[in-house]
Amino acid sequence: MKDKRPRVGLFVTCLVDMMRPSIGFAAVRLLESAGCIIEVPEAQTCCGQPAYNTGDRKTAADLALAVIAAFEPYDYVVAPSGSCGGMIARHYPLLFAEGSPERARAEAVAAKTHELISFLTDIMGVEGVDAAYSGKVTYHDSCSGLREMQVKAQPRRLLASVKGLELVEMGEPEICCGFGGTFCVKYPEISNDMVDKKVSDAEATGAGLLLAGDLGCLMNMAGKLKRRGSAMQARHVAEVLAGELAAPAIAEGED
Amino acid sequence: METSSTRFPANVREAFADQQLQRALRNVPTGFIKKRAAARDRLPEFDRLRDAARDIKNHTLAHLDLYLERYVDKVEAVGGSVHFCTSADQARATIIDLCKGLGARTVTKGKSMIAEEIDLNTALSAAAITPVETDLGEYIIQLRGEHPSHIIAPAVHLNKDQVEADFRRVHSHLPRDRVLEEASSLVNEARQVLREKYLASDVGITGANFLIAETGTSIIVTNEGNGDLTQTLPKAHIVLASIEKLVPTLEDVSTILRVLARSATGQEFSSYTTLSTGPRRPGDPDGPEHYHVVILDNGRSNMLGTQFQDMLRCIRCGACLNHCPVYQAIGGHAYGWVYPGPMGSVFTPSLIGIDKAGHLPNASTFCGRCEEVCPMRIPLPKMMRAWREREFEAHLTPQSVRWGLGVWGFFVRRPALYRLLTGIGARTLSAMAGRRGRLKSLPLAGGWTAWRDLPAPSGETFMAQWKAKKP
Repeated sequence: MKDKRPRVGLFVTCLVDMMRPSIGFAAVRLLESAGCIIEVPEAQTCCGQPAYNTGDRKTAADLALAVIAAFEPYDYVVAPSGSCGGMIARHYPLLFAEGSPERARAEAVAAKTHELISFLTDIMGVEGVDAAYSGKVTYHDSCSGLREMQVKAQPRRLLASVKGLELVEMGEPEICCGFGGTFCVKYPEISNDMVDKKVSDAEATGAGLLLAGDLGCLMNMAGKLKRRGSAMQARHVAEVLAGELAAPAIAEGED
Repeated sequence: METSSTRFPANVREAFADQQLQRALRNVPTGFIKKRAAARDRLPEFDRLRDAARDIKNHTLAHLDLYLERYVDKVEAVGGSVHFCTSADQARATIIDLCKGLGARTVTKGKSMIAEEIDLNTALSAAAITPVETDLGEYIIQLRGEHPSHIIAPAVHLNKDQVEADFRRVHSHLPRDRVLEEASSLVNEARQVLREKYLASDVGITGANFLIAETGTSIIVTNEGNGDLTQTLPKAHIVLASIEKLVPTLEDVSTILRVLARSATGQEFSSYTTLSTGPRRPGDPDGPEHYHVVILDNGRSNMLGTQFQDMLRCIRCGACLNHCPVYQAIGGHAYGWVYPGPMGSVFTPSLIGIDKAGHLPNASTFCGRCEEVCPMRIPLPKMMRAWREREFEAHLTPQSVRWGLGVWGFFVRRPALYRLLTGIGARTLSAMAGRRGRLKSLPLAGGWTAWRDLPAPSGETFMAQWKAKKP
C-alpha cells in the first residue's frame, strides 16, 4: 500500500546547518510527530537572500533554480525560518520573467513552501505538542515570518500547549531586532541600537528565555544579551516545542 | 537643497552622539504609532479605503498628462496662472520673478516640502525678500537655521526646553520673566509673534496636498490654521506643488483624505482642510488678488513607467517614518536630504541619483513595517531592493561587498565543496569558542563582534550529522 503521509523536503537553512543543527533536528521531530516523511535534499546550500538583498539578481536566480530543482519532487517544502521560507514562497517567482518556464516552476515550489510552525498548525492541523518547559518565556515576531508568511498566532498557540510554560509578551514584539542579514555589519551602529532596544524590551518581561522562529534574529539578540552580561537565554521556538533542550541555549556556555 | 547623503555613515555616528536628539527621538514615535493604530481600528473599512486610494492614484498617474492639462484649463478659467518648472532652479527663478513683479519684501510661508526641495528660503533671502515660516515646527527650525527632520513634524528632533531657549533668544522684545514651560505657552507666543507677520506680508506661499483636475482647486491640510492666514491675507497666493499631487475629482480627494490624517497623526481628519480655487472673485469677502500655481517636476516624470512609478502615489503622511526602526534610531537629518525615512530612501535616489544616495536604500533591514502601514500601499522594501539592483548593475556597490559576494557565490553554487568548507568552518569556530559557546572577537567579523558576542557553531553541521544518521 502506498504511504499517504506527505513527503516534506526540509530546507535546513544555511545558518541552522552550520551554526545550530539542534534546530534542524527539532524541526524533524515536530514534522515526524505531525505525520510527515522528512527528506533532506543534499543539493541545498542557501536560499540566496545575501545576493538578492545586495542587488545581485543573477546569483540569486542561479541559487533559486538550484533550490527549485532540489525541492520540486516533494509535496511540501518546510523551513525552520520565516525569512528563508519567505524568500522561496514570496520572492523566487519575482526572479524570473512572467510567462517563462522558470517562473512557472518557481511559482509551483513557492506555493508549497511554508515556515515550520505555521506549516504544523495551518497545514498539518497540529493543535498542541507534547513538551514541557517550566518558566516564563517571551516571543519575538521575526519580520519576514510576521509580514511575509503571516506567522503570529501559530507559535503562540503551540507554546500554550507546552506544560509549565508561561508566555509574557514584550511591549513591542513586532519591531525589528536589527539583524537584517548583511545590514547588521554594514550599518553596525544602527543595528546595535535596534538590538539593544529589543533585548531591553525582552528583559523587561521578566522572562528567562527569549524565543523566535529565525536563527539570524536569535544570534543577533543572543549575542547582544551575552555582551550585556544578561542571564536571559535565547532559543529557537522549535527547540522548546520539540523538547530538544539538550544543547546549551544560543551563545550559552561556561564563562 | 545640498545633500549630505553620501556621508550617511558619519551622519549616523553624529546622530548617536547627539544626546538631545536621542532624547527627542525617544519621546516621539510611540505617540504617532498608537494613535494611528487606534484610528485604524475605529474604521473597519480602513484597508478597503487604502485599496481605493491606491487605485485612484494609479489611475491618475496612468493619465497624468490628461489630468495636468485639465487642471491648467480650470485654473486659468478662474483667473489663476500655472507655471510648469522642470527643475529646482527654474522653480526658484519663477517664484522670485513672481515676487519681484508683485513688489514683495516679505513672504509668509505655509509648510511645504517642495519649498525645502528647491531650497526656496535661501533663494528668497538672496533676492532681498524675507521668508517667514508660519507653521510652528517650520518657524522653530527657521529660527535655528535648520532643515525639517520629518515630513509632517519638522521639529520632531527637538525637545521643548531647546525651543524655549530659542524663543527667549529671538523674541527678546518680550518680558524676560514670562513662563514658557508648557507646550501651549510656546504655541501662544509663536502665534502672537506671527500675527504681525501675516499683516506685513505681500505674498503667501503654500504647498498643496492635492491638486484637483476637475475644478482647478488646490488643497492644504493643516492643524494650526496658519496656512489659511498665509494664503488669504496677502495680496497674492503662490501654490508650490509637484506633478504627482494631481487627483481627478473632489470625490477622489475625499477618499484619500480619509486615510491621510489617520495614517499621519491618527486623527480622523486634520483640523483644517482648506480648498483654494483661483483669486478673489467680485463680491468675495477676502482672498488674494493674484493666484499662481508653480508645478515642479524635478525628475519625477522620469519615474513614470519605471519600477519606481509607485512612489509617486505617496501622499506624505509620514507613517513610514514613524514606524521605521531605523528612522527612530537616527532621526531625519542623518538621511542627508529633504525626504527622510523609507519614503525618502526610495524617492531621494530618484531625484538626486543613486550615486549620491546609495546608502539610503541599503540602510534598511527590509523589516517591512513601512509597507505594512503605508496608506497608499507603496511597496517600499521592494523598491529599495530595486535601487540596490541598479547600484549593483552600475558597479556602485562597494568593491569589498562585491568581492565577498563573489567568493560566497562560488561556494554556494557547489554543494559538495560548500559542505566541506562549512564543516571545517563549524568545527574551527566551535573549537575556538571552546566551552564558552561564543566568541568575543573574530578577525573580519568586527562589524558583528564590536557590538555583540558571536554565537559559536555547536560542532558538526546539520548535513553531516543527518548523513551520519541515515544509512
